[in-house]
Parts: sequence; C-alpha cells; structure tokens
Amino acid sequence: MKARLSHCYVNNMLRRCFTLLAIALSLGGCAAIEPWVKPYERANLADPIMSFSRDPVSSAYTSHVYDAREGARGAGGESGGGCGCS
Amino acid sequence: MARGVSPVVVVVVAKRPALGIALTLWPGLIYATVLPEDRADVLYHSYEGGGVTISGPSVLVRKQSSTNSSVVANYYVDMVSSASIDVVTTASKYEEQRKEKSLGFDYLHGKNKMTVSYKVSKENDYSAKSAHFDISQDMFGDLTTVSLGYSRGWDVVGKRNDASFARNTDRQNYRVGVSQILTRNMIMGASFETITDEGFLNNPYRSVRYLDSGVSRGYSYQAEVYPRTHTSNALAFRAKYFLPYRAALYAELRLYQDDWGVVGQNMEIGYTQPLGDYWILDGHVRTYSQTKADFYSDLFPDQNAQNFLARDKELSTFSNITLGMSASYEFAHGGWRFIDKASVNLAYDYIQFNFKDFRDLRNVSSVGQEPLYSYNANVVQFFVSIWY
Repeated sequence: MKARLSHCYVNNMLRRCFTLLAIALSLGGCAAIEPWVKPYERANLADPIMSFSRDPVSSAYTSHVYDAREGARGAGGESGGGCGCS
Repeated sequence: MARGVSPVVVVVVAKRPALGIALTLWPGLIYATVLPEDRADVLYHSYEGGGVTISGPSVLVRKQSSTNSSVVANYYVDMVSSASIDVVTTASKYEEQRKEKSLGFDYLHGKNKMTVSYKVSKENDYSAKSAHFDISQDMFGDLTTVSLGYSRGWDVVGKRNDASFARNTDRQNYRVGVSQILTRNMIMGASFETITDEGFLNNPYRSVRYLDSGVSRGYSYQAEVYPRTHTSNALAFRAKYFLPYRAALYAELRLYQDDWGVVGQNMEIGYTQPLGDYWILDGHVRTYSQTKADFYSDLFPDQNAQNFLARDKELSTFSNITLGMSASYEFAHGGWRFIDKASVNLAYDYIQFNFKDFRDLRNVSSVGQEPLYSYNANVVQFFVSIWY
C-alpha cells in the first residue's frame, strides 16, 4: 500500500514538473540573454574529444553493462530494452 | 552546412577556415540545434565475469533523410552462457540469446529537436517493447540545451520449460536534462530521471534461503517475492574540461534512491589524450556503491519470514570499481569514395565487484558464515565507425 501511494504521488509530482518545464521551455525562446561565450570562442568545445558521448554505440553498450549488474538505473542517457544479464 | 546553422556561425566559419573544420567534426555544441552526424558503427562486445560470458554484435546506422530529419536503426545481440553464482547454487548452466532492434526518427524545427523511437527486445523467456519520445531546445544564445523525455515500456516475463507462464510488467520513464556551456573550455550537464515499474518484478528462477534445522545443510530455499511496484530517482552531473594542450578531463557523479530502500552513487573521472592527427587515447576510473533493499537478506530466519523476500545480489550491499582504457585510430581523413572519415576502436574495462552481505554458498561452511562473494569482469569492445 505504501509503495502504491508513493507511486501515485511521484507520478502526480512529475506531471506538474513536466508542465512547468514545458512552459519554461516555451518562454525560453523569448529570452534575450547575451551569450558570455561567443560562437567564435567555441573551437575547443567543438573538438570531438569534448563530446559526452563520442561513440553512441559504445556508450549504449557500456550503460547496458552497468544497468544489468547494479541496482541503480536512470539518468545515464540510455533507456529501455530487456535484461540479458543473469 | 544546411543543417540548422545559425547565420553568425556561417560568417565566423567563412572568416576562419580552421575553426570551420573543427565545427564540422562536432557540430552539436556550436550550431543551433542540429541533427546528429551520418555514421555507421559495427561493434563486437564481450563480457566475461562471475561465470557469465556474454558476447555479440551491435550495428548502429544513422542517415539524414531530409534537411531536417534523420533515421537511426540499431541491431544488437547478446549471446549468453551463464554459470553465475545464482545458477550454480540453485539451478544448472544455460545458454540463450537476446536480440534487440530499434528504430528512431529525429525531426528538427528551428532550435527544437524531437526524437521518437521504438525498441523491441526478445529472448526465450523475456520480451520487452518500449516507445520513447524526447524533445530538446537550445536557448540563451545556444549556451544552454534543455531536454525532456518520456518512455513507456511493456515487458512480458516468461519461464523456460513452462509455456503457460507469462507475467506483465509496465514501465514509465520521465527524464529532464540540461547541458550548459560554462566557459570556452568547459561544459557541464545535469539530468534527472524517474522510473516507475508496475507488475511482475521478480526473477522467476531465483530463490531466497532460510534457516531450516530439519535438513542437514542447515538451510532451505523458497521462491523470491517482490513488491509489484518500484519507483526510482536518479540525478546525474557531468562535466568536461578542455586542457590547454588539447586533451580533456571529465567527471561524472550520479546519485540514486528508490522506494525499495536502495541508495547508490557512482563517480567517474577520465582523461582523453589525442596523439597526433590519428590517435585518441582514453583512461578512466569509476566507482559504484549501494545499500541493500529493505527486503533483501542473504539468509532469512525462517520460511515466509516477511511479506517480501529477495536474495538478488544486485539488491544487496556492494561496491565495484572499474579501470578502463580505450584507443581510437582515425583514418581516411581526406575522404574515400562515399566515406568522409573512419575509425577503428578498442576498449577494455576491468571491473571488480565486492559484496558485503551476499555469501558464496559454493564454499561449505557454518550456515551464515560462508565467505562473502566477489568476482571480477573483463569487458572488451572492438568497433569500426564510418562517417559519410
């Protein structure tokens, strides 16, 4: 029962968060903030070694290795699929 | 250059050809929202550890279908041969295959990118289908990218040698993320994801053990019993820093908690060093630790000791550490036929797992005094990538 209540509470809370974020996203396009790093100053950031996921096929596999063997899950950039673990 | 390039970047690139080359290599941060690069990867993976061997191919292909859309497809196979600690103590060795296919579609509209994808995974006793939707938006001079995502999954749990056994599990993922350019040399990202499951969450083969003075070994087994719901939250931070001599430092921290009582965290630091124009070397260290689930025990005091029962080592208190390295060699820089460039890559990770309250029952000892279980794993990836 406790788990069920927690489940519903989290779902409601998330729905509200998503609505607020959607509003924030739509308003964000209207904001005129002067970028403090100009486009011509981003050469270093454009280097492939600065990518969080330089090789998606490898990142997806690595996430799967850990997801199958650790209790923690989520916020790793990959989702879905079966187990294939034990 | 036709893919959502902001006018200011066109001017800058026209004036600075060297920067233009760099931007072409990785446009994601520089252009207003763009589609991912057209590329194909063929990977062979191998995991060996704890009596389990898993290997197979993964093929990932992405192709732009119009100026503002692209298609991505993945085919992935796990060939499993398992004699894990669970298997050798309560069952017998088995072999099976898992095949996963996914198809995705990206659509670009101004500074907004939408992605829908569908994934199907099938093995002889487990099938999973999931649909995914993600949307991202660049803002504040393209220094900030905000993303939202939702997934829905439908799993069916089966059982070998019991065709009538089929239990459903539904899953929902909610995720939000932000990536932020902080300085001309540093970028960071934060992401949060909540996952809720409802349905049959057990492994139908696994058992728990409980003290039983009526048998000679001192304990007996009964089937696991899990709650029918599971909700988890994970919060991750990532950062990358470009060093003055063209190398990168990166770090990640992830915090995790769920309503089963598991609290975990992992940290990773890494270093990437290019050598000349062709080689990229990488080394990293990752640590992970977690507390056990509320209903986990290595040895319950008696049969049906509580309403929920688990002896899954992934729900126990444990930690692991990973030492990893990779090397990438790029070739065909100047292009060859339809290929813009290509790379061949090799990655190796060594993982050591240490369990704090999961015991190795292969060693006969006093009940509850068996040695704690530990094992190490070797993970190898070899892949070839082409950009076109």
